[in-house]
Amino acid sequence: MRALRIPKITFTGIGTNGLLIVYAAVVLIPMFIVVTNTMRPTREIYREPIGLPSTINFDSYVTAWGEANFSLYFVNSMVITVSSVTLATAAASLAGYILGRYDFRGSRFFSSFFVAGLTLPFRLAIVPLFLLLNSLGLIDNRIGLILVYAATGIPFSVFILSAFFRQLPQELSEAARIDGANEFVIFSRVMLPLVRPALATVAIFQFVPLWNDFFFPLILLRSTDKWTLPVGMTRFFGEFQTDWSTLFAGLVITTLPLVVLFLSATEQIISGLTAGVRK
Amino acid sequence: MTAITGQKDEKRSQTARRRNTLMPSRLTIALFLLPAFLLYTIFMIYPLVQALIFSTFEFNGLVRGAFVGLQNFEQLFSRYPISEQLPRAFVHNIYFFIGTMLIQNTLGLLFAVLLHRPRFGKRFFRTVFTLPYLISPLVVGYLWSLMLNPLFGPVNATLRNLGLGSLARPWLGDPATALPAVILVNAWMWVGFPMLLFGAGLAGIEDDLREAARIDGASNLQIFRWIEFPLLTPVIGIVTVLTFIGNFNAFGIVWALGGVDGTPAGATDVLGLVFFRTAFRGGADAFGLASALAVLMFLFIFTVSVLVQTWFRRLESRMQ
Repeated sequence: MRALRIPKITFTGIGTNGLLIVYAAVVLIPMFIVVTNTMRPTREIYREPIGLPSTINFDSYVTAWGEANFSLYFVNSMVITVSSVTLATAAASLAGYILGRYDFRGSRFFSSFFVAGLTLPFRLAIVPLFLLLNSLGLIDNRIGLILVYAATGIPFSVFILSAFFRQLPQELSEAARIDGANEFVIFSRVMLPLVRPALATVAIFQFVPLWNDFFFPLILLRSTDKWTLPVGMTRFFGEFQTDWSTLFAGLVITTLPLVVLFLSATEQIISGLTAGVRK
Repeated sequence: MTAITGQKDEKRSQTARRRNTLMPSRLTIALFLLPAFLLYTIFMIYPLVQALIFSTFEFNGLVRGAFVGLQNFEQLFSRYPISEQLPRAFVHNIYFFIGTMLIQNTLGLLFAVLLHRPRFGKRFFRTVFTLPYLISPLVVGYLWSLMLNPLFGPVNATLRNLGLGSLARPWLGDPATALPAVILVNAWMWVGFPMLLFGAGLAGIEDDLREAARIDGASNLQIFRWIEFPLLTPVIGIVTVLTFIGNFNAFGIVWALGGVDGTPAGATDVLGLVFFRTAFRGGADAFGLASALAVLMFLFIFTVSVLVQTWFRRLESRMQ
């Protein structure tokens, strides 16, 4: 550690701090405007686009949640995202376990086969995927979307989880095996609890892009009662064009679960994002 | 990435020898692999392979017809309106990429350098700058479509309040400013990503190097120019490739800002939107054309990514 220096006041010092503060404002002010404007009636927003609410009023959330069907979209988004993440994480932890713990014939092949999916431009396969789901009767069906989403989560999850399983000491499973435990019991009772941090990282990293995805539900879901938040948003922005207060509330409702997630797992998110660069 | 996989292989060969005695049966191995393998192969690999095949077939609605060779590819460049929209969208994607490199990634690098040094509020700035990319691109797009609204948008209102009313304009309604606005909104969303990657790269540079230079009398700027920047070459390579892939896949954010047709007058039309329209807003033979377009986009993105990576790797080895 270097000795603590008394910071000199310099032009560059003021410049850098100024720049950082200005950019923080560029990020935060729009978010602040969104939140405050949900509490202002649309008339007031039209008269003065930026301003503090004169009264605390949550009518816009009530309208968005009820009249604009956000309750429906929200539940759909939650059910679809949570099911996809659970399915993919369960399947990937089984595969990641066997690939991480054992060197069997073909294990290298399967590892690279799964990891290859990390670089594949999956959306470009939408036409064959559409026809496949159509032949299975899974177009306009939430289960179809869940299966597709789970498939997209497999490469990253297998990659991370197999690396974590590989690091666990051999002695643990040997002890369990001597006690007569079979492979699945060793996996589920001994090994799986030890990779819980990795399971959390993997789950968060699937949750965010699936919650935010617009492309697949737009194409694979037809009836409004099955829509997720992003697709619902496109109709909502047409229908409520003139009701800005409600529009802002819709933006907040859609983003809220991610804010909660981010605040509770900032470290996992930041370390996971830079995992590829760190030495 | 290579650092991680290298480590993994080492570990594997170390432990592999003692492992093999306890190898589970083939059936057990198969059962563990099966769920992930089926999901991934059926819903990801199989459609990707099919896209390649479909590009050479004629389609009538959902029904696949005869083999037509390269006819679908030829149609992409000869049939109006896609023959006009495709090159235009391609050029927009190039602008999008260049603009993002110049604005978003330069800012990201600057922030990473400023926040690498010990500084008051470092964590706060880092968290704030990364906040927007958790939001859905579609939501970011809609948020800024309201902000940039010509009549009631806070951006123009602020300009008017500052006495700069002459600068107020319909940012997203004017073909001249629409694409730059999309680039800026996209940068607003993603700037934290290059910042974090560059930050991790800077953290990997040994402090001794900086200290030695400082003792020789180098200024902060000189240390950056002659030590940090060259050593960041691999990270710059990663950021460039990821930016390229991200920009050529842009969809939600452009949809929210310019709609499915890339209004005004196609000024914000990009390949992602053209692909969607070709597949799902096209005529009876849309699926063949869209598959051909998918193959072209894949080949282009893949080739450029590989070229950029090779180029950066060569640059890196030349410096050592």
